[in-house]
Amino acid sequence: MNRALLDLWVGIFVVAGIGALMFLALKVGSMNTVDAKDSYQVTALFENVGGLKARAPIKSAGVVVGRVASISFDDKTYEALVTLNLDKRYGFPVDTTASILTSGLLGEQYIGLEAGGEEVKLKQGDRLKLTQSAVVLENLIGQFLYSKAQEAPTDEGTSNAAP
Amino acid sequence: MSALINSIAGIGRRTLEGISRMGYATRFFVSALLHSGTAFRRFGLTIREIYFSGVLSLIIILVSGLFVGMVLGLQGYETLETYGSEEVLGVLVALSLVRELGPVVAALLFASRAGSAITAEIGLMKATEQLAAMEMMAVDPIARVVAPRFWAGVISMPLLAALFSATGIFGGYLVGVVLIGVDEGSFWSQMQSKVDFQDDILNGVIKSVVFGIAVTAIALFEGYDAPPTAEGVSGATTRTVVTSSLAILALDFVLTAFMFRGIS
Repeated sequence: MNRALLDLWVGIFVVAGIGALMFLALKVGSMNTVDAKDSYQVTALFENVGGLKARAPIKSAGVVVGRVASISFDDKTYEALVTLNLDKRYGFPVDTTASILTSGLLGEQYIGLEAGGEEVKLKQGDRLKLTQSAVVLENLIGQFLYSKAQEAPTDEGTSNAAP
Repeated sequence: MSALINSIAGIGRRTLEGISRMGYATRFFVSALLHSGTAFRRFGLTIREIYFSGVLSLIIILVSGLFVGMVLGLQGYETLETYGSEEVLGVLVALSLVRELGPVVAALLFASRAGSAITAEIGLMKATEQLAAMEMMAVDPIARVVAPRFWAGVISMPLLAALFSATGIFGGYLVGVVLIGVDEGSFWSQMQSKVDFQDDILNGVIKSVVFGIAVTAIALFEGYDAPPTAEGVSGATTRTVVTSSLAILALDFVLTAFMFRGIS
């Protein structure tokens, strides 16, 4: 096999391999994770984070505006301290509400931001005052059963009164 | 009594032999690394070896990648359909290929396709005293024969693994979207949102580089260490495939434990 043909084949191989890597990087994976240098960090205290995990998306009006940087436990307030990395391009007022929501019935949990009416914008290191915890299914079922149990006697009362 | 002493002595002898073989292998590996300057100065030698171990492995890698991806598409669909979440089929196919199957299966194929060829070639070179002849001519066989093959393997392996993953994802797309009819938009967009460049793709590339180093080093050492007989070469070729397959699987466990432990 002569040298030029050998070089050609190896060249095709290397180009195809790099092309496959590019395909994986651009088409399969996402490189648009928010970098630490293009973002600012704010913190928020939640009573319960439920199944929220680090790197979960932060969405406002359905658009991803950042990612959860870390989740830790605050032993002064006994609440969960969540650090949020927000994209520098988007500013939010200081009275923004952060709530932990679920995409779909069994889907992953994310943080939804709802902007308030203040003029002053959030900056690096601020803390979000208004938070709404994750919905815990057991508590929800508990509340439902509790309210049903409260309704029940009046139902019986009416059925007893009828005859 | 003497039988007992003999058997204990046997254990000791085998341990010593094993340690000295490992030491020899390490010295061989280090001297191959030290002589790798030749592999880059005379890059033509390395290109020739990339052709033999990389380009000639392309067919088997591409075909098996396509079929592995197609099987993943079928099996994944069967399972996900039970939970009514067929649209995450793309995520399943892409993550299993990029994280595990791409590097591991490509490395196993590489070990049996290219590793065995390397061992047989070097073993025969030794048996026919070509390596000794090179030394007589003051050509270092490690620099001339071993180092280019080593670097060719290390360069080829991640490219082959990436091609395997890419064709596999294409195979999954063919079965999932074209044949079964999963929604094309959610197939790709779910995949893009769940597959991370750094955590998944880059770690897969790191895995394949490590496997490339392991497979090529084992193949080269077995060939260089083979007894210079027909029987010795055949035994060395078998040992290359067995040892490097086991090394790939063991290394894969260790790397996975380090890479994907903290990722949610």
